[in-house]
Amino acid sequence: MLTKRIIACLDVDGGRVVKGVQFENLRDAGDPAELAKAHSESGADEIVLLDISAAHERRATILDTVRRAAAQLFIPFTVGGGIRSLEDAAAVFAAGADKIGINSAALADPDLITQIALRFGSQAVVVAIDAKRDMNGSCWKAFTHGGRTGTGCDAVAWAEEAEDRGAGELLLTSMDRDGTASGFDCELTRAVAGSVRIPVIASGGAGGAQHFVEVFRDGNADAALAASIFHYGLTSLGDLKQELAAQDIPVRWPC
Amino acid sequence: MIAIVDYGAGNLVSVKKAVDFLGHECAITSDPAEVAKATSIILPGVGHFASTAAIEKSGLRDAISGAIGRGVPFLGICVGMQWMFEGSQESPATAGLGLLRGECERFPANVKSHHVGWNDLDTTVSSLLFRGVKSAPFVYFTHSFRVPANRTTVAYCEYGGRFPAAVEKDHVFGVQFHPEKSGEIGLQVLRNFCSL
Repeated sequence: MLTKRIIACLDVDGGRVVKGVQFENLRDAGDPAELAKAHSESGADEIVLLDISAAHERRATILDTVRRAAAQLFIPFTVGGGIRSLEDAAAVFAAGADKIGINSAALADPDLITQIALRFGSQAVVVAIDAKRDMNGSCWKAFTHGGRTGTGCDAVAWAEEAEDRGAGELLLTSMDRDGTASGFDCELTRAVAGSVRIPVIASGGAGGAQHFVEVFRDGNADAALAASIFHYGLTSLGDLKQELAAQDIPVRWPC
Repeated sequence: MIAIVDYGAGNLVSVKKAVDFLGHECAITSDPAEVAKATSIILPGVGHFASTAAIEKSGLRDAISGAIGRGVPFLGICVGMQWMFEGSQESPATAGLGLLRGECERFPANVKSHHVGWNDLDTTVSSLLFRGVKSAPFVYFTHSFRVPANRTTVAYCEYGGRFPAAVEKDHVFGVQFHPEKSGEIGLQVLRNFCSL
């Protein structure tokens, strides 16, 4: 049976994983390559590396980071953050990424989705959507630039357009839930998953195993992504997968 | 030298990386002469079946077909496996190698059109490819078309019905999943192929 994927996300700034990391038995807990490998070995189904470097000059290190992480990673590896053009994407693929994540650049120029999909295949294009519930509560709007810039664009409509333009997957982050550990936004996830035929990765709000159960069962997510709960060791990937299996959510376990 | 055939579609870095990791000498090449000299051949592939038309145009088809005829081990991955068949509904105008009979088809409408993620295999048929792999292994898929039922199948997967996930005929192999992205299990499958 096709399983629900658990994706470990590494937020990288200037070549170092940020958000605080407490991993045992690692020489260098903030090294993205070592963390990616450790997550893979403990049962992550996929690794997402997001370059959140605010300063442009700090981005230069990202290709080297991707290369080092990819060298020992034999599960799907997505890299996002700062990809503005087909050339940027090509460089990230050449460094060893299997998929690229694009957000701001895709909203600014939706044709970029198509260009990358035509050259590298739709399976390699993940469109990331940062969505926030509208003030009147009736819908969600897409944001860019790490959530700093509102676009006024309806998140569900944008998800449909991204699919039509060639996106292979959607990485849907609830800005309302991100960092709260209060659970994924199942309503948002269900709204998007119900309107597209490509996989939807839910992100933002993971605090414990029950949140994953909810987003798979009630949110119809195909995959769920988390960062800090794995890094802080609040939930080990193995424990999480055992718990999901115990609640009849199909997962890749034992790996 | 293992040739990883580049016909201009997709990203071959991850396949090369996995073969390198296993300690086998390999090279990404689009040169038919290189392919003809290879000790084994891997034909990766992602994306659209129409992209395989480049194999025909570039002279790679004859190089591959000649090598297979001389007993050189061959592994098709994803669209590379689909190309081993006669064709695909995805691009009816594009001919496959035709080594195996039938045409690749879509998934039925009751499942999402893309099969993406980790799924388990039924590997009860004995095979070279899955030597040393535990039963019901999980592997990573990403595809929208599947190969037809055929007698060379050595692993089945369940998604919108049972479909062939791996084929094996003498020294010719095909896998619908991505062994280079399927963790330890995928590496074992590649190790089995590369050690032939």
